[in-house]
Amino acid sequence: MLRKKSPRVVVTFHTTTAAMKTEQAAREHDVSGRLIPVPREITAGCGLAWSAPTEAEEALRALLSDIGVTAQNFHHLTI
Amino acid sequence: MIYFDSAATSFLKPPAVKQAVSEAFDTLGSPGRGGHPLSLAAGRSVFHCRTQLAELFGLDDPARVCFAYNATDALSTAIFGLFAPGDHVITTALEHNSVLRPLFLLQDQGLELTILPADEQGRICYDDFASALRENTRAVVCTHASNVTGNGLDLARIGAFCQQNGLLFVVDASQSAGVLPINMKEQNISVLCFTGHKGLFGPQGTGGLCVAEGVEIRPLKVGGSGIHSFDRHHPADYPERLEAGTMNATGIAGLSAGLDFIAQTGLDAIREREEALARRFYLGIRDLPGVIVYGDMDAPLRTAVVAMNLAGEDAGAVADALTEDYGICTRAGAHCAPLMHYALGTVEQGIVRFSFSYFNTEDEIDTAIGAIRALIGA
Repeated sequence: MLRKKSPRVVVTFHTTTAAMKTEQAAREHDVSGRLIPVPREITAGCGLAWSAPTEAEEALRALLSDIGVTAQNFHHLTI
Repeated sequence: MIYFDSAATSFLKPPAVKQAVSEAFDTLGSPGRGGHPLSLAAGRSVFHCRTQLAELFGLDDPARVCFAYNATDALSTAIFGLFAPGDHVITTALEHNSVLRPLFLLQDQGLELTILPADEQGRICYDDFASALRENTRAVVCTHASNVTGNGLDLARIGAFCQQNGLLFVVDASQSAGVLPINMKEQNISVLCFTGHKGLFGPQGTGGLCVAEGVEIRPLKVGGSGIHSFDRHHPADYPERLEAGTMNATGIAGLSAGLDFIAQTGLDAIREREEALARRFYLGIRDLPGVIVYGDMDAPLRTAVVAMNLAGEDAGAVADALTEDYGICTRAGAHCAPLMHYALGTVEQGIVRFSFSYFNTEDEIDTAIGAIRALIGA
């Protein structure tokens, strides 16, 4: 039985290294979310995506801008 | 056994390196392949090592640290990925075959190559760079320090020349990474090629290239990348661009521990300790009858290498006697650096190379001096 679904903002990346960089920075700056395998609803270059509660989107966008990571895309999914 | 062959590989390593590799076998999956905890742990470990290397070498973006399996792998990737027939490249007689052979192969295909000569002490003349310039000169490719004599090249000076003339600057840091200061920005280095298993104290099978902003290298290998699986072509973004296939994540975990040791101990402290040991050995043997020492031992920039011979004795026979009679490991022969041996006049005889480690002791040095004295009957 899979877990209950909830609305999430899912960020995809061009490279695994960008995903790793995002995770490290998110932990350092207390931005919520975690790395997940890319959901089947979307396609992405990298097999890892950053999944966060939708309310974290603004902080996440700011963080990516600060660390120089260009996201492949932002998706809003209930997963 | 006494190990004086650290220029070949740092057999003597911080204990944390072995421990990190062992732990990696129990905790790491395949980096960049899948989203389960073991894969993520491997991805984090590899990324951490990229940040350490970027910090050590003065590179802003850890994503431009691309792993390879050793310096030869990294140098082939850089040289074949940057140059083509019709280009002109400048290199030096100090180089290892990891630089020379890719350039010679391209030369056979139409690359123009200038090799700056070395004198009988293994030194180049810096004015020769300007004389070698042509309209189609693309780059200087050179080592930071000779693996035969230990003499260093002034990267800041060569880098400034490259900057003034719009050239790429590809550096082989095999002998210097972890020992001599390197800053890609300050020294204007375009591509820094390093190995993990020497001065960085990592395991064999680790190494890589640090690629400056704006430098585009064609990949030498393409294939599995863990990303963009449905694309016909390998990803264009660094570092995956140059990292086809599953990487040596367990080895990189060990390299990371080696880099921790360097950060904690200090590059200067490591270099000063190694220099002091090399100096002690050099001063202990230089005046003995029949001892010939090669290279410029008074140069300001040196690694901990003492290259020597005993009168006309074959270098291999001397190294064998040191091993068999005294348990001392050195490296005899040509050291994969043929042009250096032509310059030093040691093509036939070879050279006995002593190379020292932070972890060697004064007692070991004194034992080696005693062994040399005994071999020559002094």
